[in-house]
Amino acid sequence: MAVCRSTTAISLSRNPNFSTTNPKPSLSFLSPPCLKLPSILPSFKPLTSQSPPDQRLSIPRATAADSATPTTTSTTFFHGHCYVVGDNIDTDQIIPAEYLTLVPSKPDEYEKLGSYALIGLPATYKTRFIEANQTKTKYSIVIGGENFGCGSSREHAPVALGAAGVAAVVAESYARIFFRNSVATGEIYPLESEVRICEECKTGDLITIELMESKLINHTSGKEYKLKPIGDAGPVIEAGGIFAYARKTGMIPSQAP
Amino acid sequence: MASSTISPPSASFIVKKKELGRSAFSSSSSPSPFSVPKCNKSAAKKIVSAMAPQQAERMPATTGSVKTAMTLTEKIFARASEKPQLSPGDNVWVNVDTLMTHDISGPGSIGIFKREFGPDAKVWDREKVVIIPDHYIFTADKLANRNVDILRDFCNDQNIKYFYDIKDLGNFKANPDYKGVCHVALAQEGHCRPGEVLLGTDSHTCTAGAFGQFATGIGNTDAGFVLGTGKLLLKVPPTLKFIMDGEMPDYLLAKDLILQIIGEISVAGATYKSMEFAGTTVESLTMEERMTLCNMVIEAGGKNGVVPADSTTFKYLEDKTTIPYEPVYSDAQARFLTEYRFDITKLEPLVAKPHSPDNRALARECKDVKIDRVYIGSCTGGKTEDFMAVAKVFLASGKKVKVPTFLVPATRKVWMDLYTLPVPGSGGKTCSQIFEEAGCDTPASPTCGACMGGPRDTYARMNKAVVSQFFLYRPAYLSNTLFHLHIVCSWSWLEALEHSLW
Repeated sequence: MAVCRSTTAISLSRNPNFSTTNPKPSLSFLSPPCLKLPSILPSFKPLTSQSPPDQRLSIPRATAADSATPTTTSTTFFHGHCYVVGDNIDTDQIIPAEYLTLVPSKPDEYEKLGSYALIGLPATYKTRFIEANQTKTKYSIVIGGENFGCGSSREHAPVALGAAGVAAVVAESYARIFFRNSVATGEIYPLESEVRICEECKTGDLITIELMESKLINHTSGKEYKLKPIGDAGPVIEAGGIFAYARKTGMIPSQAP
Repeated sequence: MASSTISPPSASFIVKKKELGRSAFSSSSSPSPFSVPKCNKSAAKKIVSAMAPQQAERMPATTGSVKTAMTLTEKIFARASEKPQLSPGDNVWVNVDTLMTHDISGPGSIGIFKREFGPDAKVWDREKVVIIPDHYIFTADKLANRNVDILRDFCNDQNIKYFYDIKDLGNFKANPDYKGVCHVALAQEGHCRPGEVLLGTDSHTCTAGAFGQFATGIGNTDAGFVLGTGKLLLKVPPTLKFIMDGEMPDYLLAKDLILQIIGEISVAGATYKSMEFAGTTVESLTMEERMTLCNMVIEAGGKNGVVPADSTTFKYLEDKTTIPYEPVYSDAQARFLTEYRFDITKLEPLVAKPHSPDNRALARECKDVKIDRVYIGSCTGGKTEDFMAVAKVFLASGKKVKVPTFLVPATRKVWMDLYTLPVPGSGGKTCSQIFEEAGCDTPASPTCGACMGGPRDTYARMNKAVVSQFFLYRPAYLSNTLFHLHIVCSWSWLEALEHSLW
């Protein structure tokens, strides 16, 4: 029986003080499957055209703009520069609400969404995710802390990141709906790290993620990190997404022409 | 862990009880449909031990006919997936009873539906899709207006039964069908029913859990899938139980309760989990207060929240729906991941300070905070009872506001209530009269309004960063570009802030 057991050490409540730092209870769960959502996922796209040092895989990119359900790809690695963010990056920072009039399933508006990715980050982030007058990002890998993608359910969030050129996100943990939407859209591959690599990597570091070995290599610092396996989302990703998975298992008929 | 009998006043009135085996709560077993379950009243007043005594695991009968106890959420999943039994962690295809979408995510969901099922495909059930434009409505923004048109075209093609349309933006009342904020409209229009599965393309869809149903937010792709199939692949969540006992003091609202919880477990404390609310305090809450409680489940990262249905629920639904429903309840021996107990009589009004809903503080500790503006509205704070609570504070004070005060009723019904319902103790005045006398802005057209920002011309939107505090009566997504600093709390906090506000 897969009942998750919490070994939390949440203490009894004390008088909150004026500190604006968030108290962080130390929750530890038994295993990734307790945390993850399984769901949906068309194939993941490789890196799109980036600045020269980034390598790209020659795998057809599946995007929301495609007219057919993407076929399964064989993504094996990601390589590029990383952009590092902190904890609790909410969907409003990823794509501010004022841009939600853009409809992701329309190709030109999809591109526009991409140009606004992470524009909601505070000014404390000195290096912007997308440079002025650019519509795509130099950073194909985003490294985050806890609870990445918290806030609203807007699917525009993983879509904006994907449209901007992000191939994968490596976070310590995800908010549920964002993770599910990432898997559903196939815009970004959501990976989890075992440790807080957001504190050990810097924006601009050159990164390789080897999916088969669940490994992240930071070439700039010379360090390697273990990543958590994708868990329950695996079979759906393997099938090529929720629609493909449903067709494969006979839940829905083959796609209409 | 300490028992709550020896808690000092300022500290633990919360006892966390770790569940290592079966629940020690001996609530009665599941009642038949439509009956009200007995609550664990005997245990409510007693101080319980912090740790449940370890009990021996009961081995399943060899005949295989013994069913393992399930929580309320697990039972909904079991029924919706047509399985007699399941456990947290199982991935199942559930039948969806209602799918809701609005002007922000509807167009995208429709686009995916057409892409995957074909341009001429029909939705799985034209009576189970509820489309509620509410977010960016009263604006001249062309894309926002276009998005409502996209919804309308789709509803016409598909002959969608429930589409709360708006065409005349200058006068919301001229639109016979327009309602306003989706989560409040869903409840008021009778779309929330115990035991059902409700999915919505909005994170605060969890609000509907107040009716004892499974309700959660999903994205466009999932919604597109549901539109075509009426099903979705979901993972059964484990349940956290929050037991709140004690008579609710008149200076507290449901918002204080949920802020207490979120401050306790953090914004990721309920990620992937169900939050079940129980106890005498919860039972005493009205439906709107229960909606406030469940609304902020997502702020704790929760998958869904539930309040078991009871006579309050049934009474509310009497004149709103004729569709039969069958409530479910957690079994006596159901397993919960963790249980928390709260003695409500020891709680004080709370606020959530910038920049996170879990940045909890006592209201009285913030009484020197200067306020620049007040916004009352949204799915969490714009219901009739919320405005009633506001009106009572103004009535008690008798003074005029010192700062701009924006009022945005959630729905057309709430707007009407402001202008028609007498406020108790006011000698027959309505909320609107009291607000006018206090110098507030005139209640605006019902919509989500400035809560999520919206286009630049949205009423009460802040279009530049402000250094001082902005008091917001709900936890909006904390966009630093729009609301530089803000505080979230229940209206009762203002009683502690009298000298600052008036």
